[in-house]
Amino acid sequence: MVSFTVNGVGHSFDGDPNTPLLWYLRDELGLNGTKYGCGTGLCGACTIHLDGQAVRGCLATVAEAEGAAVTTIEGLSPDGNHPVQVAWRELNVPQCGFCQAGQIMQAASLLAATPNPSDAQIMDEMQGNICRCGCYQRIVGAVRRASTGV
Amino acid sequence: MLSHIQREIAGAAPMQAARTVIQNVSRRGFLKGGAAFALAVQFLPGEAEAFVSYKHGGLEMPNGVVNNPLVFVSIARDGTVTIVAHRSEMGTGSRTSIPMVVADEMEADWSRVKIVQAEGDEKKYGNQDTDGSRSLRHHIQPAREIGAAMRHMLEQAAAQQWQADIADVQAVGHQVIHKSLGARLSYGELAEAAMALPVPPRAELRFKDEKEFRYIGKGQVQIVDLHDITTGKAVYGADVNLPGMLTAVVARPPVVGGKVKSFDAAAARAVPGVLHVVEIPGNGIGSKFKPLGGVAVVARNTWAALQGRDALAVTWDDGLHGKASTAEQEKALRASAGAPGDPVRDQGDAEAALASAARVFTREYYQPHMAHAAMEPPVALASVKDGKCELWACVQSPYGTRVDVADFLGMKEEDVTVHVTLLGGGFGRKSKCDFVMEAAYLSREVGAPVRVQWTREDDIRHCFYHTTSVEKIDIGLDANDKPVAWRHRSAATSILSTFAPDEGKQLSIEIGMGLEDMPYEIANVRAEQCKGFAHTRVGWYRSVSNIPRAFAIQSITAELAHELGRDEKDFLLEMIGTPRKLDWQAAGLPQQFWNNGEPYEEFPIDTGRLRNVVELAAAKAGWGKSLPPGEGLGIAVHRSFVSYIAMVVHAKVGSDGSVTVPEVHAAIDCGFVANPERVRSQMQGACVFGMTAALYSRITLENGAVVESNFHDYDMARASAFPEVVHTHIVEHPFAVHATGVGEPGVPPFLPALTNAIFNASGKRIRNLPVGDQLRA
Repeated sequence: MVSFTVNGVGHSFDGDPNTPLLWYLRDELGLNGTKYGCGTGLCGACTIHLDGQAVRGCLATVAEAEGAAVTTIEGLSPDGNHPVQVAWRELNVPQCGFCQAGQIMQAASLLAATPNPSDAQIMDEMQGNICRCGCYQRIVGAVRRASTGV
Repeated sequence: MLSHIQREIAGAAPMQAARTVIQNVSRRGFLKGGAAFALAVQFLPGEAEAFVSYKHGGLEMPNGVVNNPLVFVSIARDGTVTIVAHRSEMGTGSRTSIPMVVADEMEADWSRVKIVQAEGDEKKYGNQDTDGSRSLRHHIQPAREIGAAMRHMLEQAAAQQWQADIADVQAVGHQVIHKSLGARLSYGELAEAAMALPVPPRAELRFKDEKEFRYIGKGQVQIVDLHDITTGKAVYGADVNLPGMLTAVVARPPVVGGKVKSFDAAAARAVPGVLHVVEIPGNGIGSKFKPLGGVAVVARNTWAALQGRDALAVTWDDGLHGKASTAEQEKALRASAGAPGDPVRDQGDAEAALASAARVFTREYYQPHMAHAAMEPPVALASVKDGKCELWACVQSPYGTRVDVADFLGMKEEDVTVHVTLLGGGFGRKSKCDFVMEAAYLSREVGAPVRVQWTREDDIRHCFYHTTSVEKIDIGLDANDKPVAWRHRSAATSILSTFAPDEGKQLSIEIGMGLEDMPYEIANVRAEQCKGFAHTRVGWYRSVSNIPRAFAIQSITAELAHELGRDEKDFLLEMIGTPRKLDWQAAGLPQQFWNNGEPYEEFPIDTGRLRNVVELAAAKAGWGKSLPPGEGLGIAVHRSFVSYIAMVVHAKVGSDGSVTVPEVHAAIDCGFVANPERVRSQMQGACVFGMTAALYSRITLENGAVVESNFHDYDMARASAFPEVVHTHIVEHPFAVHATGVGEPGVPPFLPALTNAIFNASGKRIRNLPVGDQLRA
């Protein structure tokens, strides 16, 4: 039995502890905002927070979440108005939108640790999150906007 | 795309599109010519110019276009206007932009508009096949007609209520006002009466003047799913859950056309949560979108299904293509392009002109297969129960999916329902519904709702790949170095091989993507298609054959400019020649040449527009400016999907061979623009997509199987190296200049603009894609 919180709510799981958090969140809790993109930590579509740190939900297992606070896109902000989410909307970042939850979770984690990153830091921190539609120009712009308010 | 292919295979005459009665009535009066139209609306002086209808390819698509407002719009008593989006949304914004056009023309307040997604039903909605950069191009006119008709009905309902003449009332901002009395009735109050009225014929409609547009052309309306996307609520293919639903992953034959020889399911069945192991019958190359077959593991959850598949032991019979390799295929294509093929265009006498030329400049360009790799791998949910099949899927062609699934299961079309989710990218892959057929088959076999989840490895290894081609061009120069002959030989695998026995021949649509419609002003032009045989499934991929054609044509143009010591931009303009509408007969094109499915008289090849975008991009980029060593500008232009796009790429090549792109200037002429903000996002995206294709994309066959499998060996442009600032310069036009494609035409010019820039930065010429490690040392 593994116990942890997801978006502030306590959960325990007695299934296979090696289940990746991605599949636990989607299949067991029905939290579908976290996306499957590659299953090998190469694309970032499944990015969630484990105790505030961005991790890949396809690699992190339920066992690794023991005692931790798991946050998904659904729990990033109670009203959907985290500064990163707001900046994303202000700059019309998404095209298809599929990778965006992972991008937003990665950006929120970056800004929590580094409130005023340089462009080089943003590009470096965000390079693990692929956007096939190619929204990077606006992604970098939205992270900058969320960090500085302009 | 698909409809053109099916038509070509069947050899049938263009299908007469089935249209609604209203549309038939209105268009009949209308296609007689401008005079009839002017006469019909002469009681509204000055307004005839507001929207003069024109012919377009959408009318010839299967099931045509529908402009009945009662099919697309409903108004609730509280004033909520619901508009149906009938095209699939994969990131271009058409789910927002087409309803936005309806709302604007009907004077609806966008904040009170709700969008619902249509099921796959072309008999009702008209063509829904979302590809070919056609959504706005084919549906902007019906969208205006729908909006104007609905507005007219609201005005009529108000006039009746006030016992006034319709000329005395006007719809403005979600209500109808009486011009002299100042009385007002809201859309909610008028809803029932308005929707009970007969739909007015088009000739009676008054269209807005362009100056009256609130939303069209402004770029202020945000995509309708924006909030849901940023909060994780947007629903994609894997995000629908049904009670009792199971999840399946499938082990498919590594070689297309391979079959299951035997398999041992014991270990798979032993995985907790695995409930069924089911064999799916297989289909090889040439069976359209039918599943590849294989062995499915069906489980209570995805993790169990994945582990179950890992535990399967399957022995495959590889079949006909088990020895195929990319290396051998490349050799075969080069040999094929090195010899005469079948002529597809003959203007003047290119052979004689080459034979008598002072010299001949020859280059050959190669491009391997590529995979779409949308961020959302194929995924679909099916519930087959009580003789009905209900599907939820991220498909580009929901009605095509319905027909194909019905056929595959031996069911009637009316017993199959397709609900379209958002698509996490499509790029052509999700036009092919093999993954949906798998889900439907498995649901029927196991008697429960089944979601089939493709892994990234499945996606990369079991794709319908972008063609692989060799494009060889010979340019004959006279004694003054003036080009007098052009001969282009294209050897490529064709999409046709996915639909019919492979004869190594290309489709008219592939030939029409830059091979036969080459716009240069050269006296003698010959284009030939040379045979190319497929060893895997070939399908359309964003921009299709325009990618290798633009790469070849725009590369050799820059190479020849360099050879002759000419400025690349000036030489490109000289090759395009005088501003003119290409006379297709004089150019030696066949009467039925493709022209992107558009009537030539309405959408001619206009070299004036081509020249203009070249000059615009060059001017904005400061073409000719000096750059530090290791940096360079490259320029390229291409007309595709009836749009004209030129790009100037600024590239830096590092000493380690790395490529970065600080800036791109893209000039686009796509006629009238409904949503400039989404045009800009498409141009930014096209540059990133092009960067991925140019630098990384290569699918390799060895022993018939695809070597690459995931992003470690099939990588994408990332935030660490992408075209950092894309400046989009839109050529502005009134509505009378027909709206043309946007989703695809940005990709083709990017690749040669980048490789031309790489040459100017490093002195290294890329003729074989991808760039890969060719720039190292």
